[in-house]
Amino acid sequence: MLKKWIPLLGATAVCALMSTPQAAKAEQLTLCWAAWDPANALVELSKDFTTKTGIDMKFEFVPWTSYADRFLNELNSRGKLCDLIIGDSQWVGGAAENGHYVKLNDFFAKEGISMDDFVPATVVGYSEWPKNTPNYWALPAMGDVVGWTYRKDWFERPEIQKEFKAKYGWDLAAPKTYDQLKQIAEFFQKRQIDGKTVYGASIYTERGSEGITMGVTNVLYDWGFMYENPKKPYDMQGYVNSADAVKGLEFYKSLYDCCTPPGASNVYMVEAADAFKSGQVAMQMNFAFTWPGLYKDEKVGGDRIGFFPNPAEKFHFAQLGGQGISVVSYSDKRDAALQYIKWFAQPDVQAKWWQLGGYSCLKAVVDAPGFKASQPYAPAFLESMAIVKDFWAEPSYAELLQAMQKRVHDYVVAGKGTAKEALDGLEKDWTEIFKEDGKI
Amino acid sequence: MTTSPNSYADKAAEVAARATPERLVVRVRALSDRAIAWLFIAPTIVLLLAINIFPLFWAIYLSFTNFRANRPNAEVKHVGLDNYTRVLNDPDIWVSMQTTAHFVFWTILLQTLIGFALAYLIDRKFRGHAFWTTLILIPMMLSPAVVGNFWRFLYEPQIGLFAYAVSFLTGIPTSEIQMLGSVNLAPWAIIIVDTWMWTPYVMLICLAGLRSIPDYIYEAAEVDRASNWRQFWSITVPMALPFIMLAVLFRGIENFKMFDMVNLLTGGGPGSTTEVASITLKRDAFEAWATGRSSAFAIVLFVAVFGLANIYVKALNRVKQR
Repeated sequence: MLKKWIPLLGATAVCALMSTPQAAKAEQLTLCWAAWDPANALVELSKDFTTKTGIDMKFEFVPWTSYADRFLNELNSRGKLCDLIIGDSQWVGGAAENGHYVKLNDFFAKEGISMDDFVPATVVGYSEWPKNTPNYWALPAMGDVVGWTYRKDWFERPEIQKEFKAKYGWDLAAPKTYDQLKQIAEFFQKRQIDGKTVYGASIYTERGSEGITMGVTNVLYDWGFMYENPKKPYDMQGYVNSADAVKGLEFYKSLYDCCTPPGASNVYMVEAADAFKSGQVAMQMNFAFTWPGLYKDEKVGGDRIGFFPNPAEKFHFAQLGGQGISVVSYSDKRDAALQYIKWFAQPDVQAKWWQLGGYSCLKAVVDAPGFKASQPYAPAFLESMAIVKDFWAEPSYAELLQAMQKRVHDYVVAGKGTAKEALDGLEKDWTEIFKEDGKI
Repeated sequence: MTTSPNSYADKAAEVAARATPERLVVRVRALSDRAIAWLFIAPTIVLLLAINIFPLFWAIYLSFTNFRANRPNAEVKHVGLDNYTRVLNDPDIWVSMQTTAHFVFWTILLQTLIGFALAYLIDRKFRGHAFWTTLILIPMMLSPAVVGNFWRFLYEPQIGLFAYAVSFLTGIPTSEIQMLGSVNLAPWAIIIVDTWMWTPYVMLICLAGLRSIPDYIYEAAEVDRASNWRQFWSITVPMALPFIMLAVLFRGIENFKMFDMVNLLTGGGPGSTTEVASITLKRDAFEAWATGRSSAFAIVLFVAVFGLANIYVKALNRVKQR
C-alpha cells in the first residue's frame, strides 16, 4: 500500500520544491507615510490592490513629529526602505532635483493618467517641479488644507446667542472675517460652560517641526503676505515683510495672547485636536484630515461640531497641506510601485478612498453631484481647497522653514521683539539662503 | 615549606601546556606576547575606530566643506575656515551657548548642594536608611524620555499636579502657572526636572566619598576636641572633595550635551528660550541640513568640552594629591 503512495508523495514534494522559488518571487511593496488616521484608511484600501495583483503591501508609518527627519534621512542616504512614499508637498523640489523621486511624465502618458483629471491646486502643490510646469513627480494622493472646526452645540444655545448679540451686535455663527473670529474667541475665553472653564480657540504654535509656520502663513496670506515679488522671483523685500504682513502677524499674536488655553505654547495637529475633543475650546484651527475623526467623536462629534473654511481679510487663502504619492528612485521594485500608482489613480479606487476617510484629489470624486452632501465637512473642504497657497517647495525648503519657525515663534510665543523685526529678520534669513543656493 | 599562589598557577600552566597538542603549541609559540595582546584588543580598537574615531575625522573634514546631506548630487566645495567663522560670529549660536551655560551652572550647583546634603544624611545610618536610599535613587533609574513626558503632564497648567501644588501653596490660579510656556519659567522648569532626576546620582558618588573617610580621623579630631562644624570643614569636605569634583565633572559633561529632556519638555521653546547648544546643533544638522556648518559647530563644542574637562581633571588630580 505504502509503495503505491511513494511516487505520489515524491511528485508532491517535487512540485512543492518547484513552487518555492515562485512564492519567493511574490513581491512586496513598502509604502512610507506619516502615522495618522488617513494612513489607516490607506491600509484598508490597499487590501484591494493586493487582492487584484497579488502584491503584498507593507507600511512604514512614522509620527508627524519625526516624519520629515526619518524619511528625508532615508531619501538622502539613498535608502531602499521605501518603494513608494507619500512625501510632504514641500519636499517635491528637493526630491526632484536630488533624484529621489522617479519622474512620472512618461508613465502617465503611457497609462493615460491625465493631470487634468485632478484638482489643479493639488497638481501644482503635490506633483509639479518646477511649479507651474508640466513636470510631474507625484500623483496627488491626499488633499488637505487648514480650516476650522467649532462647537456648533455651544454656538446654538439660546442664552449664549443672546448674550453674544447683546455684546457684539451680530448673530453668533461661523465667522467670515478675522474680526468676527477674534470676537467669538474673546467671548468664549474663560467662559463657564456646563460647569467647566472653556477657552476661545486652539491655534498652531508648535516650534519643533512646522507647526507655527503652518498656522501663521494660514492667517498671513489673508492679510497680504507674499513669498516674493510676482514679477521678480526671490525678491522678497516688501512682500514677506510688507505692512499688511506685519499687521497679520500682530493679529496672530493677539489671538494667541487673548484667546488660547493656558499652556498652548507648543500646539500642532494632535494637541489642537485633543483640545477640541476634550471640550476645552470653542474653535480649532487644524488640517482637514482631522475632521472625519472629530465628526465621529462621541463627545464632540455629530451634531455638536461644525466646519468652516479660513475667514477672509483683505484676501482669502488657506494653507495647503496634503501630499502626493511618488515612486522612490532607489527602489528595486519600480514596476510594481508604478502598478500601485496606476491602480490608485482609478476613479473607483479614489471614490472608495474618500469613503474610507482619505481626501481624494480626483475631480471625478470631488465634483460629483453628491460630494457636498456626502459628509458634513465636504463643503468646507471643497471651499478651502479652492483657495490654497503653499509654503516654499524649493530644495532648500527645510532651511527656509526653520528660519520661519524660529522668527515667528520668538515673536508670537516668546514675545521677543516686534512683528516687523520678526518679518524683517525672516526676509534677511531667506535672502541669505537663496544667495547660498545661487538663486539670487 | 609553603606554596605560593603563583607557583600553583605556574604548575597549572605547565599541565595545560603539556596537554596542548604539539601543532597548536608551535603555532602559539610563533606569536609574541605583544602580538597576542594585539590580537585580543584588535576587535575593540577596530570598533572604536569605526564608530568613534572615523566619524570624528570625517566631521572635521566636513567642517571645511559646504556639504549638505540633503543634496547628495551637489558639488562639494572646500570653504576653508568659513564655517568656523560663521559659527563663531552667529549671535544665535552664542545665545544657545549662554542658555547651555545657564542650564549647566544651575543644575550642577543645585545637584551638588542637594546631592551632598542627602549623602551626608544617608551616611548617618539611621533606621531605614537603606529603604530611603533606594527610594531616592529611583528617578535616576528612569529613562529620560519617560521623565520628560511625565513631567510635561505634571507641568500642564490645567491638569498638572505641579501647577495644582503651587496653586494650593500660593493661591495663584493654576491657569497662570505656565512653566513650559513662560519665557521666564521654562528654563527653570528644565532645571527642576534635571535636578530631580540626577541629584541621586551625585548623592551616590558623594556617599562613596563620605564612606571612604576612615573613622580614626574623626576619632583623632574628637580627641583634639574639634567641634562638629570644624570636623565637617576640615575633614569631611576636603576628603570628600575629589568625589564631589568627579560628580561635577560627570554631570557637567552630561548636561553640556543635554538634548532628550529639553527636546521632550519644551523643544527649545518658547521661542528659543531653552534652545541649548545640542538642540541648535540638531536643528542645523538635521532640519536645516547645513552639514558642513553643523560639523564645524560640533567640533567647536567638542574642543570646548574637551579643553574644559582637561583643565578640570588637572585640578582634580591636584586636589587628590594634597
